[in-house]
Amino acid sequence: MADDNTQGRIPTVIADDVHIVYRVNGGAGGRGSATAALSRIMKRGKGDAPGVRKVHAVRGVSFTSYRGEAIGLIGTNGSGKSTLLRAIAGLLPTEQGKVYTDGQPSLLGVNAALMNDLTGERNVILGGLAMGMTREQIRDRYQSIVDFSGINEKGDFITLPMRTYSSGMAARLRFSIAAAKDHDVLMIDEALATGDRKFQIRSEQRIRELRKEAGTVFLVSHSNKSIRDTCDRVLWLEKGELLMDGPTDEVLKAYEKETGR
Amino acid sequence: MSDTTHDGAVATSAPPSPDDGLTPAELAAKYGLSVSGARPGLIEYVRQLWGRRHFILAFSQAKLTAQYSQAKLGQLWQVATPLLNALVYFLIFGLILEADRGMAREVYVPFLVTGVFVFTFTQSSVMAGVRSISGNLGLVRALHFPRASLPISFALQQLQQLLFSMIVLLVVAVAFGSYPSLSWLLVLPALALQFVFNIGLALIMARLGSKTPDLAQLMPFVMRTWMYASGVMFSIPAMLADKDLPGWVTDVLQWNPAAVYMDLIRFGLIDGYGSGNLPPHVWAVGLGWALLVGAAGFVYFWKAEERYGRG
Repeated sequence: MADDNTQGRIPTVIADDVHIVYRVNGGAGGRGSATAALSRIMKRGKGDAPGVRKVHAVRGVSFTSYRGEAIGLIGTNGSGKSTLLRAIAGLLPTEQGKVYTDGQPSLLGVNAALMNDLTGERNVILGGLAMGMTREQIRDRYQSIVDFSGINEKGDFITLPMRTYSSGMAARLRFSIAAAKDHDVLMIDEALATGDRKFQIRSEQRIRELRKEAGTVFLVSHSNKSIRDTCDRVLWLEKGELLMDGPTDEVLKAYEKETGR
Repeated sequence: MSDTTHDGAVATSAPPSPDDGLTPAELAAKYGLSVSGARPGLIEYVRQLWGRRHFILAFSQAKLTAQYSQAKLGQLWQVATPLLNALVYFLIFGLILEADRGMAREVYVPFLVTGVFVFTFTQSSVMAGVRSISGNLGLVRALHFPRASLPISFALQQLQQLLFSMIVLLVVAVAFGSYPSLSWLLVLPALALQFVFNIGLALIMARLGSKTPDLAQLMPFVMRTWMYASGVMFSIPAMLADKDLPGWVTDVLQWNPAAVYMDLIRFGLIDGYGSGNLPPHVWAVGLGWALLVGAAGFVYFWKAEERYGRG
């Protein structure tokens, strides 16, 4: 799969020594009482801002991805996979180092834009607009989004507020909205695990379609099977550092050995 | 950069290519890649923002609808909330404190109601602005859009809320003997100026609030002080008339933006509220505040565009 683009390989994403640091207010000292907060403020001036704890989530990751690649990101929980994806999408500023991209990479996900108090119908429109689709595009795809989600299979649920949905239904609708747009560089964060079996098959199918249309796909998943099925290259992150970068089989074998599976 | 990348990176087995010796920055330049999440130029930023106008509108309407969707009376609260607000203020300031000095009852009631609604418009835009980035970090970290969309959208939500309040206000005006006339049209430019002013203020507060979320706790006190200093429930000149103060103090107090916009709308709506109650050059001052705060707020917000969303 990667063979035909080894000669004139066109880079789509270049990460150059990327560091990402989260700052958490009130995390320092482990005590959240008012006196603790006050004493932190009094100690101002020694090094970092008071009461702020730093979490160094990604430490010096560098790689280059090329057009046509599908790259899996693996690592244990909290290893910095999702954070790295957000930095590639330009959503989290880097502390140090740079990410260069071809066009605007997008994260597959609209969860945050949707509102539980609104009907599914309005959420489809809101989510589409939030992703940067035009009103015409949304109108064209509205029916296919609803059909794909299967929300209306058990009655007219799309006109009910989203808070009345079961968690599976809500997850299905979110995925359907997110997957309705075409992307240049697409990043998928464990989206495969939503919904019932029937929906999973449908969404895997849709992801394969999206892969064909997109230049490069990044996939974060804890399912080694879905990584093996879709990716030809894997980045293994551990504690924010890039432990391994190579062909899927090689990296997965090392990862499985390390994690004892 | 670290040695960890070397164990596996070689294994991708790319044949030697002319790109091998390039640094990442040179490679990026060669293929025209741009830095992800870099701040666009000001004009490009305005263009992107214009491209998201449908999102801004839809988001504000969604927030407005979601606000009362759990209540039994539903959207009726859009009108009932400002009405109850006006009633409370009338009870306290009109009947108990008798702050209506120098004004007839027919003037004071619409005067007070206008003041409350118009000030609330600015107040809630500021409050929503403070939280617009810090309260929507999930959205900021998940999707790509010009961040100014959020504070603008919240200000727009408050404008729509105000339009509901205006229904109440017009009814109150008519009930107290101010009938529709051509001068009512003056309300439109006055509201437009105030809206621009509010957007600018919301943008400034959004950037400050994204860095220091504590502002959300502090702002209610600042806003309340501002409210009492702006003559929401009393007339500034009438209150200061018996104090031994130089005349310019009254002018300065009346030139504060909240007082200017309240006065402009009162002047348009209320028959008994003539131009004698307004400070000199009031339209110019109103326009000046709108342009100054609107433009300054926009540039100030844009300057930190790439930094919103940092944890």
